[in-house]
Formats: sequence, structure tokens, C-alpha cells
Amino acid sequence: MTMKTIRQVINETMRNEMRRDPRVILIGEDVAGGAGGTGEDDALGGAFGAYKGLVGEFGRERVIDTPISESAFIGAAGGAACTGLRPVADLMFVDFVGVCFDQIYNQIAKFRYMFGGKSETPLVILSAIGAGQRCGAQHSQMLHPMLTAVPGLKVVMPSNAYDTKGLLTTAIRDNDPVMFLQHKLLLDQKWEVPDEEYTIPFGEAAFTREGDDVTIVALSSMVHKANAVADKLAAEGISVEVIDPRTTSPLDEEAILESVEVTGRLVIVDEASERCSLAADISSIVAEKGFSSLRAPIRKVTAPHTPVPFAPALEDLYVPDEAKIENAVREIL
Amino acid sequence: MPKAKAKTPMPLSREELLRAYRTMKTIRVFEERMCKEFENGNIPGFVHMYDGQEAIATAVCMNLTDQDYIGSTHRGHGHCIAKGCDVKSMMKEIMAKTTGLCRGKGGSMHIADLEKGMLGANAIVGGAPPLCVGAALSAKTLKNGGVAVAFTGDGASNQGTVFEAMNFAVVLQLPALFIYENNGYGEATGVSYAVGSGDIAGRAAAFGMPATKVDGTDFFAVYEAAREAVERGRVGGGPTSIEAITTRFSGHFVGDAQLYRAKDEVKRFRDTMDCLPIFRQRVTGEKWLTDTELADIDAEIDILIDEAVAEGLAAPSPDLSELYTDVYCSY
Repeated sequence: MTMKTIRQVINETMRNEMRRDPRVILIGEDVAGGAGGTGEDDALGGAFGAYKGLVGEFGRERVIDTPISESAFIGAAGGAACTGLRPVADLMFVDFVGVCFDQIYNQIAKFRYMFGGKSETPLVILSAIGAGQRCGAQHSQMLHPMLTAVPGLKVVMPSNAYDTKGLLTTAIRDNDPVMFLQHKLLLDQKWEVPDEEYTIPFGEAAFTREGDDVTIVALSSMVHKANAVADKLAAEGISVEVIDPRTTSPLDEEAILESVEVTGRLVIVDEASERCSLAADISSIVAEKGFSSLRAPIRKVTAPHTPVPFAPALEDLYVPDEAKIENAVREIL
Repeated sequence: MPKAKAKTPMPLSREELLRAYRTMKTIRVFEERMCKEFENGNIPGFVHMYDGQEAIATAVCMNLTDQDYIGSTHRGHGHCIAKGCDVKSMMKEIMAKTTGLCRGKGGSMHIADLEKGMLGANAIVGGAPPLCVGAALSAKTLKNGGVAVAFTGDGASNQGTVFEAMNFAVVLQLPALFIYENNGYGEATGVSYAVGSGDIAGRAAAFGMPATKVDGTDFFAVYEAAREAVERGRVGGGPTSIEAITTRFSGHFVGDAQLYRAKDEVKRFRDTMDCLPIFRQRVTGEKWLTDTELADIDAEIDILIDEAVAEGLAAPSPDLSELYTDVYCSY
């Protein structure tokens, strides 16, 4: 098997799906880059370079550079999705939902319900999430809690390249609007990824560590910190199970409840701010549906209720780290 | 020496003229009855009337086929009827019945019928134009010769989403039409206050597309402007904006006391700006249609709307299990 980065598998998956189905288009700011400039075409291939080369193969009719105009191109992608295309829209940074949220949550997410089930909106919005690159408060947020709270949207948060390929393939072939959130810090890490196509169903969590003393549910880049803590504690004979939900809507509640039934202890790690986070959501689900399994209070490890800071020392303090996760586990053992 | 007035050639066939009248009159009677049924307590929520603006939806949509798309506004009943939505299913939808166009889950402000190319009324002012340019993008990408029309008002003309959609359509040379129905008011605020330039068509032209201003009470003027724009769009000529000057005979919503309008304004406009008698006088004056033909249509429409109301009242409400369905295709 080949080692591939998330950046590479996004490119590979887009290429596969665009070859497979002529209705799949890629639209967004600088998804090729260079339109109207005096230099090279395909100058960027997306803000993260993940789409490099696609315009060469599929042309500007299917790899569409847009003005910096998120309401227009996200709305247009939604309108195109219910009139015959299967767009993948690149929203660059998830923070930018702030300028197009009406199109996402009032329009796209609600079509099917408002129209009595008579529409399909096969749309994927790809967007980068997360802190850690000193990008400050408007380019570092998570925002998956807000998106997960919207009925009609599906929300995907892969933690590795293998899952990215399978989940993105599923997302593009799905007939509902999907928010596909990839963490910036993971883009260049490598994982073993098969060359052949495969899909991963939504709503099926991955168990990245198996154990029976404590369950950690972690999302996106936090999965790797949880794994590291599990490995460290294993040396002390503490057996930690790590669950990566992979999609927050739908959420694999069953996997979490079954694990807590065995361990009786739950730590949830979420890079979002604490209030109304996925950590709070999962905590309430387990408190309501798995209370009798619990042998200790649920612990949440999240970012604080602040914007993402710029100063490196503050940002490092903002993002949950392994020490905080380890402490949370030890507190409830 | 005054010349004898030349007889004007018929701009549309007799069948088309009859269809135009039927559509305009259906909208008028539908809306008047809607108002009555709302007051009777048969309509949940609130409704926005299109009466006074019928010529615009009708004239634009007569240039379209079921393969073309329109997006509408909160004041969307007229656009639905003009685009061919079934009137009885609309009435049921607005009455929140399970046999309505959207199974009673949309209501007045969310009626849609994708089979007819109706992408939905829209309760967010300025919500539809980005979606409509998406439908235009589909038409361009799939090369099916289709066009997409964004109906908006003077109110939406000030929304950023609309500016973005216009620029986007120009940049990608999309087969899109932006129809600005300038009825003088955005809710209770006048155009002279809210539209900075006072000139919606002029502002649209500045985005780099042909833009015209027409008399929205004149079916023929709107028809001709829309015909040109649709033809341009179909052959890859890009988007067009049309500002149609019109008025609404009702308030912003049914029940609006309209204190923001001079006491005699509506009466004055009814006397001078009613598209129905204007159309009627033209087609009978030119001897294209007869009064009898139009009276027959009036009688048919009265029966249709009576039936729509009776059937709507008798139709069942959604089963309570409907609360949970249609959120996703699969989940």
C-alpha cells in the first residue's frame, strides 16, 4: 500500500469521482487559480493545493474559479445540486460560513423538508478547520457543533487519509448536502491508503484503540492525541478505548454507548469551545442513555470559551493537549 | 396632419394571449380568495399577496418552459401559478394539507415544484438569486439551452447576496435573468428611502450586463423585455436584469394596515396601474380578443378557485409521523 497525505487523497478522490460522473464539478475560490492573471493557469489548485492538476484534466467548465463571493458560489452550488449537477464546493476556511450561512442553513439544508421530500441536493462543501497554525481568530475555528446542529446537513470530520478517501467518495455519491471538514494540521501527514476506490459509510465510528478501563471519544486531529495518551497509559496497565466518530451527523451513538457499557468511564475530546460543543452533545447523550453504565463523572476536554488566540503560547494553551487528556483520564479512574 | 393609427400586428398568438389573460386573472382571483380565506381562519401563519403585479410573473414565465427554472420570493404565489404549478395543489399547500404541493411542509413562503422548474418561494429576502445562478450554471454546464430566472423585489435589490449573484452571473456568463419587481415598498419602507441610487436597473447595469426598466403594469412591455433576455441567455449571451415598475394592491402581508401609504394611494393605483384592465383594454381595443372570450375565462377561474378552496378545506392534514420524514434522503 502507498503512503499518502490527505492533500494527495483529496486530489485522487476528486479525480476519480470527476472521471466517474460528468455531473461532478469543483467550484470555489482559486480551485484552479490564475484566471484573469498574467501568469500561469492552475496557479494554486485550491488554497491548500489539493486540486492541482484537476483543471488540466477537466477544464474550466468543471473546475470553476469564482470571485471571492461565498454567498454566490455556495448558493450557486446548492442551486446547481438540485438542478442536475453534483457540485463539490471548496469553502477554503470554515470560518467563512459566516458570510454564506444563509445559503447553507436556511436554503440548502432545508430544501428537502420544505419541499415535502421532492428534492435532492447532492452537494459537498469542503472546508478546512482547526487551530495550530497561528492564523488567529478568523481562520482557526472548528464550527462543527454549529453545523452539526442543523437538521438537513451531514457533517464529516476525518482524522486520517484513509478515512478521508472513503468518506469523501461517500460524500460525493451521497444525495444530501455534506459538510466535509478537514483539519489543516493533518493535511500533510501520511497514512497507508489503497489505490483502489472504496467507500466508508456515514455514521460508523472507528475504534482506533481498544480497551476496557476508559473510553475516549475524540474528533478530527484530537484522535491522534487521544491515541498517544492511550499508548502511554497502556504502559502503566491502563486500558483505554479510543473512538473516532468520523461523522458528527449522523453520529454513531451506539458505538459510544456500547463502549461506555464496558468501561463505565468517558472522556470526550473536542477542539471546539466547550459550550454546545460535540463534547457537550455526546456527554448529554451518554448521561441520558447510558447513565446506568457510568462509574464516574463524564469529563470533557475542550477549548475554552474564547476566540482562537494568535500568540503562539496562547494558542497552544487554547488547543486541548495530551497532558489535559491524560489528566482527565486519571481523574476518573 | 395626424396619421391614421396603423393596426398593430399581434405580438402573440390568440392562444397565447388567452393564456396570458387566464394566468393573470387566475393569480388575481387566487390572491383575493387567499385574503378572504386567511381572514376566515383557514390559512395558518401569514401570507403575502401578489395582486397588482400579475403581469410581470405572467409575461416573464410565458417565455419559459418546464426545463427552465425560476426562484421566487415570500410573495411567490403569482410566480408559482405563472410557472405552471397546479393551483389546487398550491391551495392545499397553503392550507397546510398533506396533499399540497410540498405535503403541507412548506407553506405559502416555501412552495416549490421542481418538476415545473419552480425552485421555491423563499422567505429570506435575497435568498433565491444565488440558487438561481446555480440553476443557470447547471443549464450552462449541461448545455441544455435552459435559463434561470431570479424574481426579486426592490427590497432584495439592496441585499449583498443579490449583488454577489449578479457579479457571479456576469463573470461566468450564465443564462440568468434578474427580475426586479419594484412595487414601491420593502415591507413598510419606500424605495425612495431604501434604494440609494434610486435606480435598480442602473445599478444592475453597473455589474456589466444589459439592464432595462419597463412598465410592470404593461404585460406586453415585460413580455418583450423578457423575450429578448431569455433569447440572449439561451444562446450564451449571459445574464440580463429587468426592473419592472409596479405596485402592490395589498399590504406587505394580509392584515397590514398600510399606514405608510397615503390614504388614497392604493385607490389611485388601482385606477391607473391595474395590469388586468390595461391588458383587457389593449387586447379588445386592438380586436385581438373579444369581451366574451375574456368573460368566459373569468367564469372558469371563479369555478376553479371555488373548487380549490373547497378541496383544500376538505383535504387531510399531514399525519403526525410526517414531522420526522424528508429531512435527508438517507441518514
